[in-house]
Parts: sequence; structure tokens; C-alpha cells
Amino acid sequence: MSSKTQNNKAWWLVAPVFIMVAFNALVPLMTVVNYSVQETFGDNVFTWAGVHWFQDVLHSERFHSALLRQLLFSGIVLAIEIPLGLGVALTMPRKGPWVSVCLVLMSLPLLIPWNVVGSMWNIMALPDIGLLAKVINGLGIDYNYTRQPVAAWFTIVLMDVWHWTSLVALLCYAGLVSIPDAYYQAAKVDGAKTWAVFRFIQLPKLKHVLTIAVLLRFMDSFMIYTEVSVLTGGGPGSATTFLSIDLVKIALGQFDLGPAAAMSLIYFMIILFLSWLFYTLMMKNEDA
Amino acid sequence: MKNLSRYVPVLYVTFLMIPIYWLLNMSFKTTNEILGGFTLYPHNFTLASYQTILTDPSWYSGYINSIEYVVINTVISVAVALPAAYAFSRYRFLGDKHLFFWLLSNRMAPPAVFALPVFQLYSQIGLFDTPWAVALSHTLFNIPLAVWILEGFMSGVPKELDETAYVDGYSFPRFFFRIFIPTIAAGIGVACFFCFMFSWVELLLAKTLTSVAAKPIAAIMTKTASASGYQLGLLAAAGALTLIPGAVVIYFVRNYIAKGFALGRV
Repeated sequence: MSSKTQNNKAWWLVAPVFIMVAFNALVPLMTVVNYSVQETFGDNVFTWAGVHWFQDVLHSERFHSALLRQLLFSGIVLAIEIPLGLGVALTMPRKGPWVSVCLVLMSLPLLIPWNVVGSMWNIMALPDIGLLAKVINGLGIDYNYTRQPVAAWFTIVLMDVWHWTSLVALLCYAGLVSIPDAYYQAAKVDGAKTWAVFRFIQLPKLKHVLTIAVLLRFMDSFMIYTEVSVLTGGGPGSATTFLSIDLVKIALGQFDLGPAAAMSLIYFMIILFLSWLFYTLMMKNEDA
Repeated sequence: MKNLSRYVPVLYVTFLMIPIYWLLNMSFKTTNEILGGFTLYPHNFTLASYQTILTDPSWYSGYINSIEYVVINTVISVAVALPAAYAFSRYRFLGDKHLFFWLLSNRMAPPAVFALPVFQLYSQIGLFDTPWAVALSHTLFNIPLAVWILEGFMSGVPKELDETAYVDGYSFPRFFFRIFIPTIAAGIGVACFFCFMFSWVELLLAKTLTSVAAKPIAAIMTKTASASGYQLGLLAAAGALTLIPGAVVIYFVRNYIAKGFALGRV
């Protein structure tokens, strides 16, 4: 850090980014703030509502359960994807023609538009003609994701694991490739077991990429909207109505601007706070 | 143990391929066969779904629209992110750390939060239903990402390179374009890849900001799926075609993906 020179003229280099992001972020954000403290009866007539909407949202059962579902979803998804991605990265070949094949095939799910991901799993899970539904039914388990909350959750989690584990795997793989061969040779000379190599060589080196993986996966799973909205639309009932889905329902479906805006801000604050928490905790570990 | 672990990637890739196979499988079936029952492979192989999409402008224009705004977005994002990333990697300046976290915080903003105000904003300035509206709105999360990636790459380039160039009498712009940009070409490629990826896959904003003229393919799909009953074959074929741009882009950066991830910190 100390090698950087102090130079306030650097602002000129940052200015274009600042202006563009400010335009896209601050104007809409201020609009949201504006709505969140006002009451409207249509016709563009607004009256001051103070923190009324915030109180409403914070005390609403609906918000609490949506938030809870969202947290649960992020938790499950992280608990599966991080270890799985790490495992895949550790067992992937490091050299040879299969590396490229592996990398390309693994990246493929990441580049599919999110609603197409939803449609794909829709086709997979359709009763009678879907492969997934057929296989699960074949095992003698009753499965219908449009009617059973558990089945809906299972399908969504499976979809997300399918969709995003590759990101974790690619990040970890990149971290592993950057470890010099000399480290492994030294470990070999010392007669280190696979576990020791992982614990004392690979894991410390992976800390940085794992931080990024956890952060990205947390943020994105917390914001998940399109895939779920295509696959289940938040149903059955409200079993898979996550925060974002509820928000869009309120804002664009019912046009309840005040509550939607208040909810947006609370939602954003939660993400910001949790991400900051993750970030500082992991960075602290790294310094230690 | 050693032998077993070799199968993990194989199993994983197989797991990834199954839904894609199922999608392709559906796209080659006739509607009758799809609704008729469960078949593992198309018995009456047909390209009819693809034919419909590739000959009907209301379908294929969606692909053109999507690619248009994705390319505009990638160019803008990376172009403005380059100087900013340089500033972050080389200088300390007033409020730099706060600015960096603020930029990143926009990567965390759920599009659901911004959908409505962004719609109003772009309607107001008369860009609604143009590729520019989508491209500009996607810079919200792509610029921070590009800055982050490029900053990581640039920090890996020793400062001595800059200093030597200045000693040799290079001006800043000349140094930046002649020496620095070629040095971090791989990083720029990776940044482009990520911008392309996140702009290509995003739908909520793209759908909100377009109605007819600039409608992305993904939005056309959702509409068709719900409007005309359930034409699964058509839906599957349209989905399968959205895989192609992604596959092409991955192929180009395949050698950089891993290296890129490590150097650039993403």
C-alpha cells in the first residue's frame, strides 16, 4: 500500500466511472428514498409519510417470512456450493488436453440467461415429461414441484447448485494453479499427506479466492429473482417467495410505491451490511 | 481414494450437461411427441422449432437486440473502467477507499430494487426501448466489476514499468495506450468476458427497459411461453440458441479463464 503515491489528480481518471455509476445509482436511489417517505393516491400527488412505511415493513409478517426464506436459501446454497466447488477444483486435472474441455464445459451454465436457466429446470422438472421428475418418481418418491413446497425448494436449490457451483470451482481452480510447483515438491520431500498438503499449502493460498467466491455467491443468491420467478413464481403458495420476488410483486404488480421503496432500502441495507461483515471478517483472517 | 477422486470432475460435468442435453432433446422434438409422453431422445427428429425462430423476425430480432446492448455495454464498461482501475492501482487520493467500496456496493444492489426508478429515469431522458438504455443501466453492476478485475490485474504489474517509461520520455497517454494496455491485455479480455456474461444473462432490467423495438431474446421467450399456451419445443430451441454466444465467448477466453481468475482477483 505504501508504494502508492498520493495524487489527487487521479480523480480525473476516476471521474468517468464516478459520473456513470452515480447517474445509474444515485438518481434511482434518490427516487426510491423519495417514495419511501411519501404517500401517494395516484395522479402524482404525494404527501409526506415520514417513516410510516419503514415501520409497516419492519413489522409485517410477510416481510419477515420472505427475509427468513431468503436467508435460509442463501445459507443452504453456500453450504453446498462452496465445498462442492472446492472439491471439483481440487480433483480437476492441472495439465493436458482435458483442462480446456473441463473449463469450457464448466463455464457454460454461467453464460446462460437466467430466465433460460429457469426454463431449463422447468422442462427438467415437469411432471410426466421431465427427466428429473421421472427419475425421482421412478425412485418411488412422490414429486411435484408445483404442489409440494419441499419439492419446490429441492428443485430451486438443485438449479442454483447447477447454475453457480462452477463459479466457485473456477475461482478455486485459479487459486490452485497459481501455487508454485516448488511448494508441492517441498511437501513431497517432507512426506506430507494429501490432507496436510490441503490444510497447510492449498487452503491458505485459496483464502483470497474463497473470500471472493463466498461474497459473490452470497450477494447473488440473496438477490436471486429471475430463475425462481420463471420456475415457481414464488409458489406453491408463498413457499419460495424470496425477498426479491415479493418486492417485484409489490412494486410492479400492485404499484404500492411507498412500501416497495421502504422494503427496497431495507433489503439493500441488509445486503450491504452482511457483505461488509463477510468482507471484513475474511480480510481480518487473511492478515492474521 | 486417488482413483475415486478422478471421477469427481467427470461426474460434475455430467451433472452439468444433463439439463443442457434435455433442453436440446426437447428442441428437436415435435410438439406432439413432447406432449405424447416421456422419451429419452427425439423419435421424430425435427428442426421445425429452429426454423420458426430463424425465419420469424419477431424471434430472431431478439438475438440481435440482445447482442447489440451487450456489446455496447461491454465496450463502455471496460473503456471507462480502464483509467479508473489504473488510478486505484497506482495512486492514493482523497476518498479512494470509500469510492472503491461505494462502487462495489452497486454490484450488490439487487436489480429488483432499481427496476422501477430506472424505468422512470430512462423514460424521462427518452432512451426507453433502445439498446442504449439497457446497455447504460447494466453499467451499474458491470463498471464496478470491471474496475475490480482490472485493478487486480494492474496491481500485478510492477510500478517500475511506469517509472521507466516516464524516464524514457513517454507521456501518460502514450505510455497508457502503447505500453500499459498491451501489458494487461489478458486482464482486459477477462474483464470483457465478465461484462459480457453479466449483461447477457441479466433479464429484469433488460425487460423493464424495453417494450417492442429493443426487446431482448430472453424477454421474448417468457412472453411466448405464457402467451401461446405451452410451446415447449419452441421455448427449448430458443433457449438452446441463447447458449451459443456464451459458448463462443468462453472458447475465446478459455486459456485466460483460470489465469485471469487468479491475477485479476475475481
